[in-house]
Amino acid sequence: MQSWEYDLEFEQPLAQLAREIEALRQEGGRLEHPMRIQKAENELLTRMQEIYSNLSAWQTVQVARHKQRPHASDYLHLIFDDFMELHGDRTFGDDPAIIGGLATFYGQTVLFLGHQKGSGARDQQFRNFGMPHPEGYRKAARLMQMAGTFKFPLISLIDTPGAFPALADEERGQAQAIAANLALMARLPVPIIAVVIGEGGSGGALGISVADRLLMLEHSIYTVAAPEAAASILWRDTAFAPQAAEAMHISAREVLATRIIDGLVPEPVGGAHRNPILAASYLQTALKEHLWDLTQYSPEQLIEMRYQKLRSIGPFDRESQQ
Amino acid sequence: MLTFATEAQEPMTITEQVALKCPQCRAILFQREYQRNLKVCPQCNYHFQLTAYERIQLLVDAASYVEFDADVVSADPLHFVSQSQVYAQKLVSEREKTGLNEAVTTGYATIEGQALALAVMDFRFIGGSMGVGVGEKITRAIEYACSYHLPLVIVSASGGARMQEGLYSLMQMAKTAAALAKLKEAALPYVSLITNPTTGGVTASFAMLGDIILAEPGGLICFAGPRVIEQFMHEKLPPGAVSAEFLFQHGMLDRIVPRHQLRDTLARILRFYSQASSQHRTLQMPTHQNTSSVAAA
Repeated sequence: MQSWEYDLEFEQPLAQLAREIEALRQEGGRLEHPMRIQKAENELLTRMQEIYSNLSAWQTVQVARHKQRPHASDYLHLIFDDFMELHGDRTFGDDPAIIGGLATFYGQTVLFLGHQKGSGARDQQFRNFGMPHPEGYRKAARLMQMAGTFKFPLISLIDTPGAFPALADEERGQAQAIAANLALMARLPVPIIAVVIGEGGSGGALGISVADRLLMLEHSIYTVAAPEAAASILWRDTAFAPQAAEAMHISAREVLATRIIDGLVPEPVGGAHRNPILAASYLQTALKEHLWDLTQYSPEQLIEMRYQKLRSIGPFDRESQQ
Repeated sequence: MLTFATEAQEPMTITEQVALKCPQCRAILFQREYQRNLKVCPQCNYHFQLTAYERIQLLVDAASYVEFDADVVSADPLHFVSQSQVYAQKLVSEREKTGLNEAVTTGYATIEGQALALAVMDFRFIGGSMGVGVGEKITRAIEYACSYHLPLVIVSASGGARMQEGLYSLMQMAKTAAALAKLKEAALPYVSLITNPTTGGVTASFAMLGDIILAEPGGLICFAGPRVIEQFMHEKLPPGAVSAEFLFQHGMLDRIVPRHQLRDTLARILRFYSQASSQHRTLQMPTHQNTSSVAAA
């Protein structure tokens, strides 16, 4: 049993079962207790299924942020046949928090973009924990324009706590960089599929996720503000982050109910981190189906459908003025 | 000279009526001089916030403003409840408190006779935050500009996306930006006027997408607010950071325009664009006139 396997609070019943199985094994393994181990393993799986199909919004946040959760680069290497990373915004720098480049998907060239959180302390620091600077969004813009010119479909994987909020980022126009991407993606003449694979954090996520098809992995989140930030503003205390998460309906299942996204991508039982290869194959299937479906439309049709889709987001009321 | 008419029917307390204090230089300002100076401190040039209708009165030709979609308001799609508020009730109480239906008013107006579509935000209504109601009204104003081939002016004043509407409000950024991209394809000009304060999702969508971006002096304009930056980065911000002047210095704004010059500036900008769009006609007209005058001679 790995230390990360059952490290979340709501997984404690599972950790208990796993310890029992471990103990049985050490007592002599399958030869001594074949039935008991089998039974305990089945129970573990059943309990895991049960717990994971009923996660609260805050529990989903914890899974979405799990340190073992596969990142964009993991999926990238499992899903695409070839990938060449391209760097730099041609203006200021290269932002490792967003990776982008050309990839081969079933024999076809696509443009790949994704937030990259980094694995391990050093890489995390290098990637700035997946929080992009303006040059990250501008690199994405440059690559998206290239995709538009050469008609490469765009696949974007979303996984960020948010855009980086430092003074230097304000100086270089964080807001402008994100805004420009929203307008650019709205009119890009190629199919766009965006998938939230972990954390969809606010404008920093939206900046590369305007799409024809917006999908979410089963245990991912997409939110207007980090639960901690919302709690500090609306509850005046970050300790209320769980309540804020519930109130904002940020888990994939709840977002699906708002019809802002087009579908969920299933994860292996107990979350993508327990079986990244299986998680990648589910994602690959979803990408393939949606991309094949989108190829039947002309660029003009895609743009118009994308516009109508954005246009219809959100119910509003009518209230005669006082 | 422009001044703001004080509404007679509103009962005012003595202090409100006679004098107030400038929050920047602490000078005591008399109400009359404050109104006469367009709510700008004559001592230190501090620009007080304006309500949406004061802003409209300041910018457009008298009585030219025709409001539309006044009845479009946010619903409460998530049935949002926090510790201190029930959002559905908050919407009702904000309407009562401000007399506004939403944090933006949109319509048609003229500036020195030049027609335009206009959206003006009002910070008093839940901090000018953008939910579905605001996003929908702004998108409709942009679409109106597209349909009638009008230039567009949006005056921003906003704390950003309205958290009580969750992801619906985040998506209003994409919705308004998509409409602006369409406006751009139609080659219709968009002037964004950013006023104090404008932050978060509004800065990171339509406010920063203007063909021309203007701001009033001293306004707070940013993506992450100063408090967020200070908390997150554990650094104290220097005075004047994330102000209009700071953004101007870093190339994010075209011009910083004092309040009393705003109307004139907008009128000139609209004229530049309208002259450009009729360029073919005006370039040919002199030749035509010349030939006819030659013929007449």
